[in-house]
Amino acid sequence: MAEIFVYIPHKDGVADDAALEMVAAARKIDAEAPLTALVVGDGADLDKVCEQAAAACAKVWKVSGEAFAYPNAEVIRKMLVNILPDKAVVLVAHDTFGMDLSPGLSIKLDVPFLSDVVDIEALEGSSLKIVRQEYGGAVSTRVSCDIGDGVVINVRPGAFKAEDAAGAAGEVVDKSAEAGDLSCGRRFLEVVEAEVGDVDITKADVLVSIGRGIEDEENIEIAEELAEAIGAVVSCSRPIVDAKWMEKSRQVGTSGQTVKPKVYMALGISGSFQHLGGLKGSPFIIAVNKNPKAPIFQVADVGVVDDILEFVPELTEKIQEM
Amino acid sequence: MDILVCVKRVPDTAENEIEVNSDGTDIERDDLVYSVNEWDNYAVEEALQIRDKVGGSVTVISVGDEESEEVLRREMAMGADGGILLSDDAFEGSDGRGVAAILKAAVEKGNYDLILTGAMADDGAAQVGGMLAAMLDRPFASLVNHIEVVDDKKLKVGREIEGGNQEMNEIDLPCVLSIQTGINEPRYVGIRGIRKVASLEIPVQGAGDLGIDPSTVGEAGAKVRRLEYFVPDLGEGAEILEGSTEEVIEKLIEILKAQGGIK
Repeated sequence: MAEIFVYIPHKDGVADDAALEMVAAARKIDAEAPLTALVVGDGADLDKVCEQAAAACAKVWKVSGEAFAYPNAEVIRKMLVNILPDKAVVLVAHDTFGMDLSPGLSIKLDVPFLSDVVDIEALEGSSLKIVRQEYGGAVSTRVSCDIGDGVVINVRPGAFKAEDAAGAAGEVVDKSAEAGDLSCGRRFLEVVEAEVGDVDITKADVLVSIGRGIEDEENIEIAEELAEAIGAVVSCSRPIVDAKWMEKSRQVGTSGQTVKPKVYMALGISGSFQHLGGLKGSPFIIAVNKNPKAPIFQVADVGVVDDILEFVPELTEKIQEM
Repeated sequence: MDILVCVKRVPDTAENEIEVNSDGTDIERDDLVYSVNEWDNYAVEEALQIRDKVGGSVTVISVGDEESEEVLRREMAMGADGGILLSDDAFEGSDGRGVAAILKAAVEKGNYDLILTGAMADDGAAQVGGMLAAMLDRPFASLVNHIEVVDDKKLKVGREIEGGNQEMNEIDLPCVLSIQTGINEPRYVGIRGIRKVASLEIPVQGAGDLGIDPSTVGEAGAKVRRLEYFVPDLGEGAEILEGSTEEVIEKLIEILKAQGGIK
């Protein structure tokens, strides 16, 4: 079995939760395979990340330099192609960086790519069996891939249970000198922070959240009336913002806000992992959706199978009568 | 600017319940409503807006069977100047890399300054744009939610990153971008618009036309293979409230009260 490399996402000197989740995924591929953490960045904080990685991996490759001060996937891809050995198994988090980096990395390494993997089932010989999801989580697929010549695997954040970093006391090796030519046609300029909206959904105890099932901009008032009746704030899923029906600051999800309410009412929301990724602190989830197979019912505590356009106004009316 | 937009015909998840077929080899395809992949539609709209601002052309291209022609035609009705269908029995069963290789061969037969794809499609892999860029050795940016033409050599592009933030980059042309939903408001296409382009010729190119070795694409060339489809394990799942609407509402109000959901 070839070496397994885990690309460690980090910010302000702290490794992301996804790092230890990927270590768990690596062990599921092959518990015996030597594990190397890739820690890429710049500045004094990087050594702190290396320390954290060393607690979980036998080896840490540190690559530092000004070119890595911001994680530009185009630059990092070139560096990885320069330093990675043949037949490497490379694990990357399936976040906005991993989606930018990995498809092209697999081509440049001339190895297969497994995207957004949610489970690893078995390695038989060099044939790896994994689980993915399609159609926004409505169905799963069992997928096989020969990883004998190496592979790039994007691991869905949150899908694997993080392994305890059990004092691996890994050795840190500085590979910065091997980074090689990093010239590329894309230059990072700046991060524009999200605009703060009129209402801060991250502070709300109760959220009435709407999705595609609301069907029309005019129907949003159904949710607003319910929210008013129960003292909640209205939030939404991505399609509502794409349609420009609500402000981006109202969007719950990995590309929107991370919220931690006590109660979350998901109205006409199918429940993609990007949406659920924005829900923290184990809220009590009530889902109303006319599709009984909507993935939201897998994670909700209580479900109602009904059309929100009919059900919600009746619910609001009953609450107003109380 | 000459722009190529890669589009895919997919089952419309807003119009269908996606279910696994009886032997788990595919989803149930009977009576499915198909449409253009949502992300691709935003990509076409963005291409049209760039063309209308700085001049040039927009070509839409798809790897698929003959039914994909209707999707190309729909995007031409939106305003694309031409369409190309890449279709061959040898292309069937391609994995992401195979699709990218087919597109690469077609790209090299043209002369495009900018190539757009949707950020992802029905299989959620979000891979073809990045693979295509790497095969062509062109710069790439994914999840693009803003494009500004700086001059004929470069663009300023915004990428959607975590937390609703936006990462701004400068990128050299020619390049490949994968487009995120919400970047624009795609124009509506009416029946009349589609009728207008009904008689336009859409050339079909196969492996031979593109100089592709059939053993490198399709089922034969796929390194990533689906073994089966299945319904994810529901685990505990939600407690589904049953009864008449009135009964359900009564139960739900009790639950809301108990959880502190009513102030």
